[in-house]
Amino acid sequence: MKRMMIAALLATGASPALAAGELNLFNWGNYTSPELIEKFEKEFDVEVTVTDYDSNDTALAKVKAGGHGYDIVVPSATHMPIWIAEGLLIESRPDEMENFRHVAEEWRDPDWDPGRRYSVPWQWGSVGVIVDTSLYDGDIDTSGIVFDPPEALVGKVNVAPEMNDVINSALYYVGGEPCTTDKAMLKKARDVLVEAKPKWLSMDYGVIEKFAGRDLGASLYWNGAAFRSREKNEDVRFGYPKEGYALWMDSAAIIKDAKNVDNARAFLDFIMIPENAAMISAFARYANGIAGSEEFMPEDMLNAPEVMIPEEHAAAGHFIETCSPAVQKLYTAIWTDIQK
Amino acid sequence: MSARTEAETAIAREVRRSRLLTLPALVVLFLAASGPLVVVLVYSFLTAGDYGGVTWRFSTEGWQAVFLERDIFDDTVSIADAHLSILWRSLRLSLMTTLLALALGFPTAYFIATQPEKTRNLWLFLITIPFWTNLLIRTFAIMEVIRNRGIVNTALMKLGVISEPIQMLYTDFSILLGMTYVYLPLMVLPIYASMEKLDFRLVEAGYDLYATRWRVLRRIILPIVKPGLIAGSILVFVPSLGAYVTPRVLGGGKNLMLGNLIELQFGQGRNWPLGSALAITLLVIVMVALLFYVRTAQKEGGGHG
Amino acid sequence: MADRPFAIKRQPGFATIAMVCFLMLYAPILTLVAYSFNAGSSIAVWEGFSWRWYAAAWQNELVQDAAIRSLVVAVCASFFATVLATMAALGTTRTRPYRGLTATYAVINQPLMVPEIVTAVALLIVFAVFKQATGYTGLGLLILAHTAFCIPFAYLPIRARLEGMNLSLETAAADLYATPWMAFRRVTLPLMGPGIVAGAMLAFVISLDDVVITEFVKSAGQETLPTYMLGQLRRSITPEINAISTALLAISIAMVTIFFFLNRKKM
Repeated sequence: MKRMMIAALLATGASPALAAGELNLFNWGNYTSPELIEKFEKEFDVEVTVTDYDSNDTALAKVKAGGHGYDIVVPSATHMPIWIAEGLLIESRPDEMENFRHVAEEWRDPDWDPGRRYSVPWQWGSVGVIVDTSLYDGDIDTSGIVFDPPEALVGKVNVAPEMNDVINSALYYVGGEPCTTDKAMLKKARDVLVEAKPKWLSMDYGVIEKFAGRDLGASLYWNGAAFRSREKNEDVRFGYPKEGYALWMDSAAIIKDAKNVDNARAFLDFIMIPENAAMISAFARYANGIAGSEEFMPEDMLNAPEVMIPEEHAAAGHFIETCSPAVQKLYTAIWTDIQK
Repeated sequence: MSARTEAETAIAREVRRSRLLTLPALVVLFLAASGPLVVVLVYSFLTAGDYGGVTWRFSTEGWQAVFLERDIFDDTVSIADAHLSILWRSLRLSLMTTLLALALGFPTAYFIATQPEKTRNLWLFLITIPFWTNLLIRTFAIMEVIRNRGIVNTALMKLGVISEPIQMLYTDFSILLGMTYVYLPLMVLPIYASMEKLDFRLVEAGYDLYATRWRVLRRIILPIVKPGLIAGSILVFVPSLGAYVTPRVLGGGKNLMLGNLIELQFGQGRNWPLGSALAITLLVIVMVALLFYVRTAQKEGGGHG
Repeated sequence: MADRPFAIKRQPGFATIAMVCFLMLYAPILTLVAYSFNAGSSIAVWEGFSWRWYAAAWQNELVQDAAIRSLVVAVCASFFATVLATMAALGTTRTRPYRGLTATYAVINQPLMVPEIVTAVALLIVFAVFKQATGYTGLGLLILAHTAFCIPFAYLPIRARLEGMNLSLETAAADLYATPWMAFRRVTLPLMGPGIVAGAMLAFVISLDDVVITEFVKSAGQETLPTYMLGQLRRSITPEINAISTALLAISIAMVTIFFFLNRKKM
């Protein structure tokens, strides 16, 4: 009976369990292009599974716990040094791979993975404020939308539960610097967050649906999601906080105890090809780090204010470095304070 | 003399056979249910690893963090009102859910029990289906109904009662509503089971003695179905106290209950010892509730001839 | 006695409350089912009747994968749980109390008393250690976890059935020179039948529906249908979830119907 069922399912086009190999991706939710996966599966005769995670910390926790079975993970720049320092990644030397020549100049030697010995650029973007302008038509280029919501947005604000992005935004808002050791600044940031929280609606992911359903008025979130929300709800706009906003990059790397290392290396090489990088961008709507991918990307992305940062806002964007463990601990303590 | 030993060996053999039969189940349960609980207790006394996991060093920080917190900036130690407020929210919501389920479930069970035989099975069938439906599905269903563009809001707006959708989702209310919805069948079924045994001739006798409906209810019906009421209450209170899925889906990540707080420690919170300590705390509270149930149930058994 | 001015069984307002309850219980579920046939991609705005979401779910590889895994785990777990529970029931009912019987009850019923989240984190820890030590990431651990928490659900109906059984039939068999094994196989086991089937079905449904424990214990790519849906709930909600939910609902209804039929034929 079970065999019949499986046979029936295979007949309707289920992926063959008879592929030559396997690859297990561990990536952010709603962040992997199905077309990219399909193309990779066909080209390399590999069966790919994609498992979601919501946050850098969850991914770290899960992999550290062991026995996960994943091959590739896609951490953000802020966490990459942690992964490397903890010995959780294989030094796969993407810089020696065939397609490395396509990686854009500015992404070839970042601080958090010098010389690109571990990871390959996946996508990059910014952390800003998404607003449904049908509810509020004032100035949206400020993180005050989230930390001191205007009347119209009180009780309708969401904040992504991503510790580093939130605390860094708060630090900018109170005039400090990310990863600062200035305790007074950190205290201010903490107080701003604690005070603002009652005015928030939720601290959750999955905002695209909520903006589409008009369940939300505003959110501290990432630009690609803003773009996708705008596709479903044309009143949505993305604001670049003038107080300062974070730029981030996610990169793909191979996990130390991966079981399918060869397939993983093939995958890393695969995504450095401009055409494929464009596929990744086309799905999640973020820019990627591969030069030459522009000609393959969809038109609307090349003009979108969410993806191509407008001139007037460019100066306020900064790439965040990784904080020292001591500061990390303070961040975690602040984050716990907010979690009540 | 020998007859007695023979009987004794027969008994011993039977006991051994019973023990052997039960052994496999006990082994599996020990491996994947009871044993791990001991591990949790052990972990609650270890030190948190930097990025999750534990380092094997004894520490009471996990337990301390449950009740106390150290302010990060002025190093003062104070009551961990973050945790306590979540604990309080969990207790509050669970109790309210239980009461609400009781208020709704008792009349429903009564109704089913007083139906004629033929239709009674139909009603039972109807109440059992939600019970066997996936918890996630039921939570999702109620989410659909109360969201801003869901049925309730759309209907109310169409009728002109309100002009803006009422924000019901992601509040304590939505969690309460969700949990009541999800656990209601668990209240109805035990009460019904108790009510089935109710002999309505006693009720008739009550009315014969000129008792009002209210007195009949209070003095005759309620005492007899009390075991069912208590069983139902426990069946609702315990799961709702440790609820995880429903608050997560309906609470929007802002209104945490104990279950979510525990999960947080194993994910973003990176504090396994604290998570373990919280889990044990939850377990203790539940055990206390169960003990209370057993105590009351035994008293009932003794009191009524 | 003369006619009553009112029906003795009626209590004011109870019937109304009961009706409200039933309505409340079914309205969300029915809405969910209804929108699974929505031609549009919203779960709130109706755009006509269509089977497209069922087709989409059927063809969605992730759904297929999760569905097969759910079924495999549920079948295995319910099978093992029923076997173990039957043995345990035989070992704990209709015998004189022996030392450790109460403790045995406690252990067997533990999954019913301990909140799922506690068991989930406990298993997370234990399995993590195991997986790190042995590198095993197969389905076995998941099945083990499911079997464990399904045991009490299988146990209760079997035990109830066993307790209600009349010993005289087995005594009669013994009188007719049947060996204990024959008596068990030909008399006891068939009599326990309905209880065992009920227990198996309950275990199956419980395993199929489990979200929390599976979510914590699963390894890479080991999604079951409920964990897949939980993931989807946090991201993009399309009527595909409604379609899957309706399918699961249909299975539950089928089970309940069988259950009721079985219980009708009481020996």
